[in-house]
Amino acid sequence: MEDEKRLSPIEIRTRFEKITDNDLRVLGYNPSSVRPEWLILTLLPIPPVTMRPSITLESGERSEDDLTHKLGDIVRINQRLFENINAGAPEIIIEDLWDLLQYHVTTFFDNDIAQLPPARHRSGQPLKTVSERIKSKEGRIRHNLTGKRTNFSARTVISPDPTLELNEVGVPRIMAEKLTVPEKLTEWNADYLKKFVERGPTKYPGANYIVRPDGKRKRLTSETIESSLEELQPGYIVERHVMDGDIALFNRQPSLHRMSMMAHKVKVLPGKTLRLNPAVCHPYNADFDGDEMNLHIPQTEEAKAEAELLMMVQQHLISPRYGLAIIGCVQDSVAGIYLLTQKDLEIPRHEAIDLLYSIGVDDFTGFSRKEMVPGKEIFSMLLPQDFNFRGKSRSKEEPEVVIESGRLLKGVLDKSNIGQESGLLIRNIHTRYGQDFTADFLGKIFRLGIAVVMRRGFTVAIDDADLPQEAKDQIDQIFESSDREVKKLIDDYYKGNLEILPGRSISETLEIRISELLSKSRNKAGEVVENYAKQNSHTIIMAKSGARGSTLNLAQIAGMVGQQSLRGKRIEHGYRDRTLSVFEKGDLGTDARGFVRSNFKGGLKPHEFFFQAMVGRDSLMDTALRTPKSGYLYRRLANGLQDVKVEHDYTIRDAGNRIIQFRYGDDSIDVSKSEGGKINVRRIIDEEMNSHGQS
Amino acid sequence: MASLKKYEDELPESLIAEIENEMSARNIPQAKADKIMQRIISDYNNMKAEPGESVGIVGAESIGEPGTQMTLNTFHFAGVAEMNVTLGLPRIIEILDGRKNISTPSMDIYLKKPYSTGQDIDKIITKIKETTLSEVASEFLISIAESKIDVRLDEGKYKALGTTDVAFLKVLKAGIKSVSVSMSDNIVTFKTRSKEQSFSDVFNLKEKIKKVFIKGIKGIKQVLPVKTVSGEVMIITAGSNLKKILALEEVDSSRTVSNDIFEVEKVLGVEAAREAIIREVWKVIQDQGLNVDIRHIKLVADTMCQRGSVKGVTRYGVVKDKSSVLARASFETPIKHIINASLTGEVDPLNSVIENVMINQPAPIGTGLTRLISKQN
Repeated sequence: MEDEKRLSPIEIRTRFEKITDNDLRVLGYNPSSVRPEWLILTLLPIPPVTMRPSITLESGERSEDDLTHKLGDIVRINQRLFENINAGAPEIIIEDLWDLLQYHVTTFFDNDIAQLPPARHRSGQPLKTVSERIKSKEGRIRHNLTGKRTNFSARTVISPDPTLELNEVGVPRIMAEKLTVPEKLTEWNADYLKKFVERGPTKYPGANYIVRPDGKRKRLTSETIESSLEELQPGYIVERHVMDGDIALFNRQPSLHRMSMMAHKVKVLPGKTLRLNPAVCHPYNADFDGDEMNLHIPQTEEAKAEAELLMMVQQHLISPRYGLAIIGCVQDSVAGIYLLTQKDLEIPRHEAIDLLYSIGVDDFTGFSRKEMVPGKEIFSMLLPQDFNFRGKSRSKEEPEVVIESGRLLKGVLDKSNIGQESGLLIRNIHTRYGQDFTADFLGKIFRLGIAVVMRRGFTVAIDDADLPQEAKDQIDQIFESSDREVKKLIDDYYKGNLEILPGRSISETLEIRISELLSKSRNKAGEVVENYAKQNSHTIIMAKSGARGSTLNLAQIAGMVGQQSLRGKRIEHGYRDRTLSVFEKGDLGTDARGFVRSNFKGGLKPHEFFFQAMVGRDSLMDTALRTPKSGYLYRRLANGLQDVKVEHDYTIRDAGNRIIQFRYGDDSIDVSKSEGGKINVRRIIDEEMNSHGQS
Repeated sequence: MASLKKYEDELPESLIAEIENEMSARNIPQAKADKIMQRIISDYNNMKAEPGESVGIVGAESIGEPGTQMTLNTFHFAGVAEMNVTLGLPRIIEILDGRKNISTPSMDIYLKKPYSTGQDIDKIITKIKETTLSEVASEFLISIAESKIDVRLDEGKYKALGTTDVAFLKVLKAGIKSVSVSMSDNIVTFKTRSKEQSFSDVFNLKEKIKKVFIKGIKGIKQVLPVKTVSGEVMIITAGSNLKKILALEEVDSSRTVSNDIFEVEKVLGVEAAREAIIREVWKVIQDQGLNVDIRHIKLVADTMCQRGSVKGVTRYGVVKDKSSVLARASFETPIKHIINASLTGEVDPLNSVIENVMINQPAPIGTGLTRLISKQN
């Protein structure tokens, strides 16, 4: 609108045409590639039918694409406008038609403009026009361009198999008969490949297709096998079934880090699930409660080589996030190694050899000649001869771990040494002996741990949580005394005798003091449980070795559950001044605000159970709300940083060639090659000092 | 022990310092020392991030993946000596968004020598803490008929301010405009100048008067003196005003920090803001007990500050600055980016990862970075 008069598009266009090229440059346009008058269309480009195919339904009815509908509208109105102008119709009618044409052209491009009602089908559902095709997660960009579909892939439920190596994946037979690897026929492998074709698609290992040099694919069936065999000559490609030793990419969603997709060696197994060594669960964040995983078979030699050199499991033992081993022993195997390396454990020699042989050790030349072999020596069999290590363990009795010349001399091995995300022992072996040795070592200690547990027997009994009467009395006393103290604090609070903490109000002070007291009392109860519980019970062994659970869990089962806290506070009075109607209004005491005095073994009182459920629900909510938030943060980060890379001069640059850092992380060290983000200077000095000249 | 200066070109400073430290503790003969240095240099070169390594994605993964393990619990009360600050995932999001108004601004104020022992701490606190009228008033009396408000001051608190009546009036007048202020006998009277005032206007005025700034430093809402592990007295505040605090003579300006990144940038510049981002993200990661290498955080911070000002990792910040249209369009609001690109006639050189994914060809990153060049003739 200008001076109460409507500007017609034609007028606007003529004004745009008058803008000079120099002015355009000032306005930020590039006149050689775009002119503003082009914003007003004089011609409407019609997309080809491949962009808007019509669908013929089974009934023979033809259904046109949304864009075709829209184009029809435009043509119809345009024709009417043309006729009306020619017939000299009144201005109002022409203007209306003109507007209608404008509306149709607009909605042809974008049917989601706030001021305009969207153009609809006869059924009332809005048309999907050009802009809607591109936009959003289901749009062209995120659905078809950034995300792609692939052949030669498989997906099914996963299950564990500790007998597999770390870098193997168990593939069910049916899958192996569908997934193929192309192999080029030459005169040297002709006989070998012809056998696959001979067996065809039904006999494993056979072949599903042959590809002629001109790219034509021929499917192998029982009828075509013979003709195909005759046809085969060098230059043909045989798509043979996947076999043991082929490279496959194995992936579990959400693929949050690069260890979510690693290359494994195929091992064809009976059964219908994909199988993996439980030690690689952690990098995939997988468990076996119904998780499914994907498998891809690389098809070209380049892809296979790259997968094998860059993506194999052993390449990813060290996490690039913190520079320590991400794969380690878990659960049973931690407990097993812990039991094996106990101070006084001895095993008859023949049993020890049996044990070691069962996990794949077959060279016993250096093995102890004693009748009874200490557990530590059994473990030492897996260590390299010249390996030295000093570390700490969780145990209070033997806090130091000493390995000299490949012999475990002192210390119990537990989670802090062989566990995932913490294993300094594993990290050291990795730096000294390389990834392949480490992967093999990990597989062996993992199986050793399990073998030990299997031979010894390992279970949890309800009497692990039994306490002597004496301990129960002590816990009662602890609770009563803290309850008394809380009552006194509340008393002081009402009388105004409470000493106020700096920067806090009186009621805040009271809450802080009570919380302190109650957490102390739970800790004390925990100590009592720890002291009185049977020290050799399996529950304690699990907690001490770090295999599963903690003494806190045991304290909750046997002693008392403790304060239930909601968002860092004791459970608050609601709208009616009390947590539950069994309490008096305004009660600030221990049990009225969510302190659970009972233990899980003895059972919870109804109100205690309710408080437990409250906290449980809150934590469920937390996870449910957190996942999308962190997912979005991650997507943004990944999108923002995806083209940041190390250049040939070791500077860090983005795709626009802008320098982001002069050296990666100020010192150029790649975290996945470092030891916890550092070079271990002390170790290098020690080693050099002890090497006595020769090296 | 010979100096390690000669290795400056080969090793980063931080590493040389560490070696010096380790070596000086022991008696190492020169020949051994040289050998050790040779080994460290070769180890270091093996540890370098190789050209083509996609450190960006690795960094994003390393921060994004533990994000799923962080708590959503916004606040943190552990112990007595803690201010109420946002932590966990919301805080990370806040920092990386590059938000201008953060939910819990806070400062750690360290003090210079005589004051750091706790001397005059109360004086410093009153000097710093923002005091509003409502904190020294005992009563607000509204007269609707005369459209005026009488404020009775609490005598004790007023005396503690240590100002004279004249100075106090001056501060009040500066704090609230278009109102006449007079004072007699502990009662301050505010009177509107215009005649016709509706009831709600007077009420709003009262609310405004309550918040009139009297003393201290604007923005410092709460002050908490804390003794550190080393026995030093420092001050934690809720609310932040870096510029004014750093100007105080009692404050050790070299150690005092604010958690408001935008403010740090305004007062001290981008480099300081980069440090602040690293420090704040690191703090959250540590607090959550997560294990993330600081290099990833540094990379994110450097990317955010690369353009000379702090940009969030959002479609308005870092992503907007990308050189490729398709890369921008593939993130969020594709239509907008495509339209703008067509207006200015942008050309996409297909330099980054996502465009090459779109058109099904190897991206120039990692093994795709190196190409074979053949010599002509």
